[in-house]
Amino acid sequence: MTAEELEQIAKETRLRREETPRELNVCVAAGCLSLHSDAIKTALENEVQRTSARCRVRGTGCMGLCSLGPLVSSEPGGILLKGVSDGDAGEIVANLEQAGPERLRCSREQPFFQSQTNIVLENSGKVDPEKIDEYVAAGGYQALLQCLTEKTPAEIVQEVSKSGLRGRGGAGYPTGLKWGTVAKTGGATKYVICNADEGDPGAFMDRSVLESDPHRVLEGMIIAAYAVGATRGYVYVRAEYPLAIKRLVIAIREARKLGFLGTQICNTKFSFDLEIRIGGGAFVCGEETALIASIEGRRGTPRPRPPFPAQSGLWEKPTLINNVETYANIPTILRRGGEWYARLGSKKSKGTKVFALSGKVKNVGLIEVPMGITLREIVFEIGGGVPEGHTFKAVQTGGPSGGCIPEQFLDLPVDYESLKEVGSIMGSGGMIVMDDSACMVNVAQYFMEFCMAESCGKCIPCRAGTAQMFELLTRMTKGTAIPRDLELLEELCDMVSSTSLCGLGQSAPNPVLSTLRYFREEYTEHIIQKRCRAGVCECGNSAEVTA
Amino acid sequence: MGISSKKPPLPSDDKRWRIVNGTMRRHGFARDALIETLHTVQESFGYLEKPALKFVAESLRVPLSQAYGVATFYHYFTLKPPGRHTCLVCLGTACYIKGANQLLAAAEDSLSIKAGETTMDGNVALVSARCIGSCSMAPALIFDGEAIGNMSESELRKRLNRWKD
Repeated sequence: MTAEELEQIAKETRLRREETPRELNVCVAAGCLSLHSDAIKTALENEVQRTSARCRVRGTGCMGLCSLGPLVSSEPGGILLKGVSDGDAGEIVANLEQAGPERLRCSREQPFFQSQTNIVLENSGKVDPEKIDEYVAAGGYQALLQCLTEKTPAEIVQEVSKSGLRGRGGAGYPTGLKWGTVAKTGGATKYVICNADEGDPGAFMDRSVLESDPHRVLEGMIIAAYAVGATRGYVYVRAEYPLAIKRLVIAIREARKLGFLGTQICNTKFSFDLEIRIGGGAFVCGEETALIASIEGRRGTPRPRPPFPAQSGLWEKPTLINNVETYANIPTILRRGGEWYARLGSKKSKGTKVFALSGKVKNVGLIEVPMGITLREIVFEIGGGVPEGHTFKAVQTGGPSGGCIPEQFLDLPVDYESLKEVGSIMGSGGMIVMDDSACMVNVAQYFMEFCMAESCGKCIPCRAGTAQMFELLTRMTKGTAIPRDLELLEELCDMVSSTSLCGLGQSAPNPVLSTLRYFREEYTEHIIQKRCRAGVCECGNSAEVTA
Repeated sequence: MGISSKKPPLPSDDKRWRIVNGTMRRHGFARDALIETLHTVQESFGYLEKPALKFVAESLRVPLSQAYGVATFYHYFTLKPPGRHTCLVCLGTACYIKGANQLLAAAEDSLSIKAGETTMDGNVALVSARCIGSCSMAPALIFDGEAIGNMSESELRKRLNRWKD
């Protein structure tokens, strides 16, 4: 593949699209697909054929506003149609000039769309994820070609460092630094791994990226492999995401066909290939050393670090592990430059972040916002606030490793440091809004049950500690707790977080600690008055609550 | 198949064993193919039967204890035969906040079994999941592979009743 050949593919694809400029794009990512958008696509195709309308029907990735799905966008103009059913096909095709009937219109002028900045999701909902040509036509694989032919690995690492990109899996380790460490470690065999084991409940960003724009992740991985000197890669993806796996398989096959994977990529000396490894549904496998154990075919239990995977990882070889979203940022960073990327975001957290916004909020879906945006903007402007008749209580970020952030911190800029300061973490991007119908003790119990079940059992603080904490929280929600239990719970939080082997145990107390910090009165109500103000727990005097 | 003399014979002439064997061969019968192979077994047979674990362990030269350890460590693997129908209740945070627990209780009540069990007649298996990533349509359930969102208790009971006939 040369630059000319790549341009030729892009040109031909663009010409083909210009021949029939009118397009109906049907979202066929998981959210809309589960509302039978595939049937809508077929109905539209049949209708176009029946009426010989000059229009192409395409299947594309996620358009973001999942709660109004199934979504169809009409080009040119990008007019969005919401809540479409297969019965609407006739009316849509008959009204192509007006881009479909008025009653299905969904305005793009609303804050949900206007407040977003799309880098990772720039092609999402625009390209057909199962066609490499469309990714190429959108500028795809240009960055890779340029890197291989014009840049040294060291220059690429430098560019990524300059961008200020930090790991999007949650911990926020500087990506450039990680790449640099792997690059500097000697050895003929090195590996690149993409962590797509999105295990946090309430998070669906990685799945959406893989389903909507898989080539972006592949391109990022291939560039990473070149930069650190790896020859082999793995994408570790959850078995629970069959559609993402299917599209990855297609993407890898097409990338091989065009010579972006394999030997002598783009006529250079660089060779790299990758394969998919399917996870088994263990939350702990999001931890890098556990993930490596799983790829090696073993139980996914973590091991102490150091040595870090950068020095000794998969089969004891230097290994680079990054999250899906981290890789997805790479092509754009190299195409537009690290400095350009670093201009977005806040002082210490650059660029954008994808969040899966869900829970008690009007607009549920996938959003990408610049770092430094406030939680209030996300929840109330983009999300449209909590449903009527309820009041906002907290927003939960970081899943079972994160915490609940109350109203008083809604004006906090979203970045790694400030979220940590208030007792939560950035996490991978799940953001669940809770209103007054949520009981915070119950929420803490919910997450502790999760950590207890997902503890791999290797180290005692986590294995036994989470079970004890769960037991204490259960007593509180059942109304059988005594005041001493609260003290014990706090002691255990401290013990488990400071002595556990890996991140799962170290962060397991976070949901308890953050709810204790901001909603302590709910705990004391459960223990002393045996009362649950949200009416969720059956802890005794529930009659006065439900009244 | 000359070098396979040390490998165990296929447990039966069931065609599915050849699919399982194919996965192992594609990975050169390497030990690290254990999880990949177990995925193929579960895809082909619906669950991990003891003879299957034994066959895979012997073929890949891993101790049976390790194969069993891996099979029980990962939630995705099941050692019990599946029901004719499967109802999966998502207990992810978004679904939980929207009342997934009550849905699970309703399903348990309707089927008279607990989550993780299969009805006595083998008709319906009730399972819960951590998060199926369909948070945008919470609470969500999966009926025989089809994800359905915004589920209500009455709709859930109606769907389960349909399977009972």
